[in-house]
Amino acid sequence: MGAETLDFRPDDKYHAFLKIVPEAQYGPGRLSGVPVAVKDNISTAGIETTCASRILSGYVPPYDATVVSLLKAEGAAIVGKTNMDEFGMGSTTENSAFGPTLNPRDPGRVPGGSSGGSAAAVAAGLVPLALGTDTGGSIRCPAAFCGIVGLKPTYGRVSRYGLIAYGNSLEQVGPMAATVSGVNLLMSVICRHDPRDSTSLDAPYSHTPTMDIRGTRVGVPEEFFGEGVEPRVASVVWDAISLLERKGAEVVTCRMPSMEYALAAYYVTCMSEASSNLARFDGVRYGPPPDHRKPWHEAFQERRREGFGVEVRRRILIGTFALSSGYYGKYYAKAQAARRNVRRDFLRLFSEVDVIAGPTMPTVAFRFGEKSDPLSMYLSDILTVPANLAGIPAISVPCGKVEGLPVGLQIMGRWLEDERVVDVAYAYEQGAGQ
Amino acid sequence: MNVIVGLEIHCQLDTATKLFCGCSTDYRDDAPNTHVCPVCLGLPGALPVLNRRAVEYALRVAKALHCSVPEESVFARKNYFYPDLNKGFQITQYDKPLAVSGYLDIEGDDGEKRVRIARVHIEEDPGRLVHKGGSDRPRYSLVDYNRAGIPLIEIVTEPDLRSPQEARRFLNKLRATLEYLGVFDSEKEGSLRVDANVSLEGSERVEIKNITSYKGVEKALTFEITRQKNAIRRGQKVVRETRHFVEARGVTTSARSKEMEQDYRYFPEPDLPPLRVSDWVDGIVLPELPDARRQRFMDQYGCSPIHARTLTGDIRIAEFYEKVAGIDPALAATWVADTLLGELNYRDMSISAVPPEIFAGLLSLLKDRAITDRSGVEVLRVILDELKETGTCETPEACVGRLGLRVISASGEEGGDDPVTRAAREAIEENPQAAEDYRNGRKEALNYLVGQVMKKTRGCAKPADVHRVLLRLLDKGK
Repeated sequence: MGAETLDFRPDDKYHAFLKIVPEAQYGPGRLSGVPVAVKDNISTAGIETTCASRILSGYVPPYDATVVSLLKAEGAAIVGKTNMDEFGMGSTTENSAFGPTLNPRDPGRVPGGSSGGSAAAVAAGLVPLALGTDTGGSIRCPAAFCGIVGLKPTYGRVSRYGLIAYGNSLEQVGPMAATVSGVNLLMSVICRHDPRDSTSLDAPYSHTPTMDIRGTRVGVPEEFFGEGVEPRVASVVWDAISLLERKGAEVVTCRMPSMEYALAAYYVTCMSEASSNLARFDGVRYGPPPDHRKPWHEAFQERRREGFGVEVRRRILIGTFALSSGYYGKYYAKAQAARRNVRRDFLRLFSEVDVIAGPTMPTVAFRFGEKSDPLSMYLSDILTVPANLAGIPAISVPCGKVEGLPVGLQIMGRWLEDERVVDVAYAYEQGAGQ
Repeated sequence: MNVIVGLEIHCQLDTATKLFCGCSTDYRDDAPNTHVCPVCLGLPGALPVLNRRAVEYALRVAKALHCSVPEESVFARKNYFYPDLNKGFQITQYDKPLAVSGYLDIEGDDGEKRVRIARVHIEEDPGRLVHKGGSDRPRYSLVDYNRAGIPLIEIVTEPDLRSPQEARRFLNKLRATLEYLGVFDSEKEGSLRVDANVSLEGSERVEIKNITSYKGVEKALTFEITRQKNAIRRGQKVVRETRHFVEARGVTTSARSKEMEQDYRYFPEPDLPPLRVSDWVDGIVLPELPDARRQRFMDQYGCSPIHARTLTGDIRIAEFYEKVAGIDPALAATWVADTLLGELNYRDMSISAVPPEIFAGLLSLLKDRAITDRSGVEVLRVILDELKETGTCETPEACVGRLGLRVISASGEEGGDDPVTRAAREAIEENPQAAEDYRNGRKEALNYLVGQVMKKTRGCAKPADVHRVLLRLLDKGK
């Protein structure tokens, strides 16, 4: 249908891409000819999709994820697949089986994760728009570390059909761009009801951001500035919140007691789901074939031991343990109870305030190898996971720098009020630019 | 020692499409992996969407089994590794099934009996392995996903059955009920699989997995009960374990001990929202079920209780009967229930192979007394053989004509020269002793002579005629 070809040969010195499509097709539409990068856990028909894992290398999906179809329907050129932590497991993009992505703001530092490749591609100016996915902060973290805008939409607003699952009940595909307007545009393309996703909502997104936030009540939970949040980061974020106040918002402090358990609830939930989701990668249909002379269970073991990276194996094992009989009640069931508490806390808070604001990440981007112990790495997700547990929208918008490295302001909103968090982010972005 | 049996029955719901995608369920005779899509292949990223028709079918079953349907049921993942398992887990229902606590009334060993149903839930079937190079030591195995995603229901009974015969009758009644509901086709491959739990009172419970035929259930249970009784008699303990039924040898063999049992790590399927269908159940109107139809057959057609039970035990038979009952309900009942079913069974044929109008033609001939009962059976056999061989057959009329089976009557007159009278004269001449015996008062001798005449007339004479003519001739010659 009159497809045209976009020449895409970027200087990818940050290793943002796992796969580049040098001659990308595009059609007419609102995104006609716009190069869009897609995270490598989103299925693209005819383009290798690996989740940055060896076990999927060589896998070429025979179908497009719904979000990819929607992009194509608006004329976008799918120019490549971006690097990520293997299966989305990580906050640095160091866990890619094919080597890490570098942060364009400082190549000695990580870009954040797991959508680090998408964030770096946008931050480096290789593409104006990219898709990421956010299970516990995987869009917002790299957006903050790379100094771009990233939105995790309300759970169910964007189809997950074709997204290779990590933590199904938590993750959403979302837009990443240099500006709030870019995120807004991409959101309006990918947000659609999808009959192929049983959790999909019928709430299309058609919005023009406004900077008028007069009267908006902004809640700031004390816990978002607790121990572990770097004081200079906290200071920059408070400055940003003050700017919102100057724009006419009403800022109130509040408490979110469920934060204490949110991280544990998050990790138990996503690891449990991951242990089940990744079971299909057993060497029967993906990756190099197993040794067929061995009994099948041994062949499966061997294939999975060799095919998965350390972090993936760690999470599969923990998740398997958490679901196993005798421990289910102690871990998985408890995590779901804690998750309900987080939801309840948000409901209570949102009866008093319109949005909640705080830092996206407790620190600026780490140096490579800085966090070698997994537990301290997991702790860095503390501020982003509550939104995933509750399924509410959350955006990260750049709000200043600490030692030249970007800091992200996180705005969380009520369920289905993605438009409002976009407005507050837009008001900040425009206000800061004046 | 009391026998305690509980059954878990997997039935294939006869929907047009699979449980979580739009692929066709009719893969018979098609090449492997031709009825597949990203969803039923479990490709990375594909998501399940529940087939409403399958839910409707399962609800019909739940209602027919008098189950209650909870406000909310939840799909769960059953995680295990197997080469034919497309996703590494099977989507099923676990702690919140679609329906619970129902019952089915059956004919028990001591009269009418209520078998309680613990639960009914929906699940998908995995793929199928095809072993190449001999079944004992296959060289390699291939995976066919045409079956993956076929909708199943699992029906679990309470341990209310007390003998292999009761289990068999329960399954027959259940199958009949499912077929009446229009949700099940027992003639499809793999349509029914049974796991049976067997114990002797006070002893451990043994599970027999994957019995694939109705007869197999009775055989497996009989073997297993004998095995357990013998063990106890020898002072051994019955160990709690899973056993396989080896159909060809009629025995069960140990599969694994319960200690080694898989941990399936069930948890709620995050990709499917909870199912809320309790309102839906009220709107479901059930068709007439076997018990109701049996009663109606007695009331409407005057069938005997035994005939009514036989005729309603399978929906195909019931419908066949209703198509031919108009000729003469009582005659049709006898001929379908006693004669036709016996002849079909002997030939291992299904009633669906018999065109009702053909059978109606036969009944008409019988009703008009154009042929005798004996000729009727002969015609039926010829026709069934033709049907089995070619799928079509001549009409009963044509068959009767071709074989010369039309009834021959004796003329009423004294000294008449009709075939019956001629045959009777011959019979008396050839068997003077029998004639003599009769005349000396031995009545059985007459029966012998009747038989001889019937033989000579190739069964085309009416026995009453033969009787009358013989008596006349014998009395005359006294």
